[in-house]
Amino acid sequence: MDFSVLLQDIPTLLVVIIGVPAVLAAYIVGGEYLVRRLPDKNRPRVRPWIWVGPALILVAGYLLIPAILTAIQSVENNRVDVLDPTTWGANFVGFRNFARQFADFPTGGAWVAIRNNVIFWLIFYTLFSLAFGLVLAVLFDRVKYEQFVKSLIFMPMAISSVALGLIWDFMYEYQPPGSAQTGTLNALVTTFLHHDPVSWLQDQWPGESFNLLNNLALIGAATWGITGFAMVILSAALKGIPADLLEAARVDGAGELTVFRRVIFPLMMPTIVVVGTTLVIFALKAFDVVYVMTSGNYGTDVLAYRMYNQLYLASNSGGASAVAIILLIAVIPVLIFNLRQFQAVEARR
Amino acid sequence: MHVLIKGRALVAAIGIVLVAVACGTSSSASGGTVKVMAEWSGQEQANFLAVVKPFEDSTGIKVSYESTRDLTAVIKTRVAAGNPPDLAGVPNPQLLSQFAGQGKLTPLDGVLDMSALKQNYSQGWIDLGTYQGKLYQVYSWVSLKGLVWYNPKNFSAKGYQVPKTWADMITLQGQIKASGTTPWCIGLKSGGADDGWPGSDWLKEIVLSQSGPDVYDKWVAGTQKWTSPEIKSAFTTWGTILGSGDSNVYGGSNEITSASFKTAGDGLFTSPPKCYMHNQASFITSFFTSDNPSVQPGTDFNFFALPDVSSQFTGAHVVAGDSWGLFHDTPQARKLLNYLVTADAQGIWVKAGGKLSPNKQTPLSDYPDALSKESAQILVGTQIAKYDATDNMPADMRTAAWQAVLKFVQNQGNLDSILTNLDKVQATAYQSS
Repeated sequence: MDFSVLLQDIPTLLVVIIGVPAVLAAYIVGGEYLVRRLPDKNRPRVRPWIWVGPALILVAGYLLIPAILTAIQSVENNRVDVLDPTTWGANFVGFRNFARQFADFPTGGAWVAIRNNVIFWLIFYTLFSLAFGLVLAVLFDRVKYEQFVKSLIFMPMAISSVALGLIWDFMYEYQPPGSAQTGTLNALVTTFLHHDPVSWLQDQWPGESFNLLNNLALIGAATWGITGFAMVILSAALKGIPADLLEAARVDGAGELTVFRRVIFPLMMPTIVVVGTTLVIFALKAFDVVYVMTSGNYGTDVLAYRMYNQLYLASNSGGASAVAIILLIAVIPVLIFNLRQFQAVEARR
Repeated sequence: MHVLIKGRALVAAIGIVLVAVACGTSSSASGGTVKVMAEWSGQEQANFLAVVKPFEDSTGIKVSYESTRDLTAVIKTRVAAGNPPDLAGVPNPQLLSQFAGQGKLTPLDGVLDMSALKQNYSQGWIDLGTYQGKLYQVYSWVSLKGLVWYNPKNFSAKGYQVPKTWADMITLQGQIKASGTTPWCIGLKSGGADDGWPGSDWLKEIVLSQSGPDVYDKWVAGTQKWTSPEIKSAFTTWGTILGSGDSNVYGGSNEITSASFKTAGDGLFTSPPKCYMHNQASFITSFFTSDNPSVQPGTDFNFFALPDVSSQFTGAHVVAGDSWGLFHDTPQARKLLNYLVTADAQGIWVKAGGKLSPNKQTPLSDYPDALSKESAQILVGTQIAKYDATDNMPADMRTAAWQAVLKFVQNQGNLDSILTNLDKVQATAYQSS
């Protein structure tokens, strides 16, 4: 990388490095100055707004307003300029964009993507990540080299998802039977199982209408990337369980399995639910692995990739917005549930 | 969607800050810079940089090159954020026409020396870049599609003859198969949303040569149904090449779909050969030689033009190329574009192998070997030249066609449902633009 380009325009660099913090500091100092001049009783009501103001403006500007514009675009055709309200009426098409996404069940429109997100990703990705995370957290809790192995498991989190996709592309690589297998998995399959190599990412086993194999291959790669996240949080919850509680159970004659089932698991439940719902949201917005490894071909499309495809490749802003709204509606219940759970966990502390 | 807009807005906001600052402190470095974006990476990137090197040396203008395999999405984002590259070289002219329609591109009539261009370029190439009466895109290197590559050593070892007719080729593939080897190597993986295009190259050649230029044009324009007998027959004809269950191709459907178009042809050079023939455009030679440093053009690989399917339309060839679009009309970008259309610039790329020059002034002696000379002559002598069909279809249609190719290869029995689905896409793809 050629960093000399940064030095070409030193004044800009200075403005960014010094100017931005200066503006922020001036805002805080100025805001406090104004608050101090208010009567005492009004201060507590005004001060929070001064402090959260910039955050609110950012959320509104980058999240709320674009979301509203997306909703508008989803009921307009592609000739509309969503930023120009005078063009809204003439280009209104009702729910046509949604109808096209829901057309021709079960293979047309967005159905394949919906199936993959809602059945394969939601169930398997969440379950695998949670199960592996929980098992690893509980088992590593009992060994001396815990920190070391946990760091190893957590490491994929530090890899960008594109690199992750490429790594697994190599893992799944296919060569025809008889040639040297360069993919790790096919090398194992042919050497130890004496089975023909499998083209993991293209093979639509058991059938084109329910292609579990290649979807699981993608989900496996994504799971490898996120298990560390689940493990670390669950491990923290595990360490929060008081040792005397476990000891009391053991003194009462409970075996290790019973201790886990009756004491550890119930106490960890709130955390498991929070991690689980977070994973559900990750599953619904899965994109990178699919984009890198199959481009949504062979029945592996997901909603986020379809949205990208509609927007950039098909130049269909209306269709892309409709998919975005579908995704948003799918995520909202999970989001609310997640927030409630989070508050419940906080309240119990 | 909101995430994307969010990202775009963020980029725009940062852009505004930077521009505001830059306006106050604009520095005038000597020569200046041209920002160029295209798809070429690896060897092709090195070749492009070699092309612009003399330009940089003589003008002092720096060419800042950026490469991405996901060009469509990246350029669209950059244009929407108001931050496009100065010049972009794209393989799908339809994308640039779209930008021309939105007023994002500078017409080139006032930028290039048009009388010189008309002298040096055949009218066909100029027409391809013209949108609503103005020139918006210009080609600086092109490739000839529908070339079947083979290894002469393997052919002579087995006593195979280069087929002159389509029937000969079918006989030859039967002969090869009977000897226990697969006749063909095919690789459809490309990366990004481009998987499948190498298979569509087969279909274009077959449609053009089997049903003629009129059907081809209607097919590109979206008025020829995919379920029509002509297009369906192109698929089934390709099916006879693939063989039932893709048995004529090395590794069958699994290998076809998981092999990269860049390396698929390497099967010609293994011992024993994995296949005897490989259909790919003229650019593939640069991949042959970079993957297999010991192979020599002429002795280790040679080509024959895909034979005419129907004698009614002889000498029909599909061509393709990368065309330039000018997003920012800066003096530096003007200079670079004017340089890129010259025979001097195109001669450098041509010498590096893999590309042909649309400029008639580029001397045949610039071509590094007999093979590229021959393809350059075919390009000049082509009687029916048609631009790559899928690259000229609306993006929606193009992506669907490439996906259809993948589905067809996986299960040829699904042809009817694949074509019906393509008709559905066709019904909507041409409306919204």
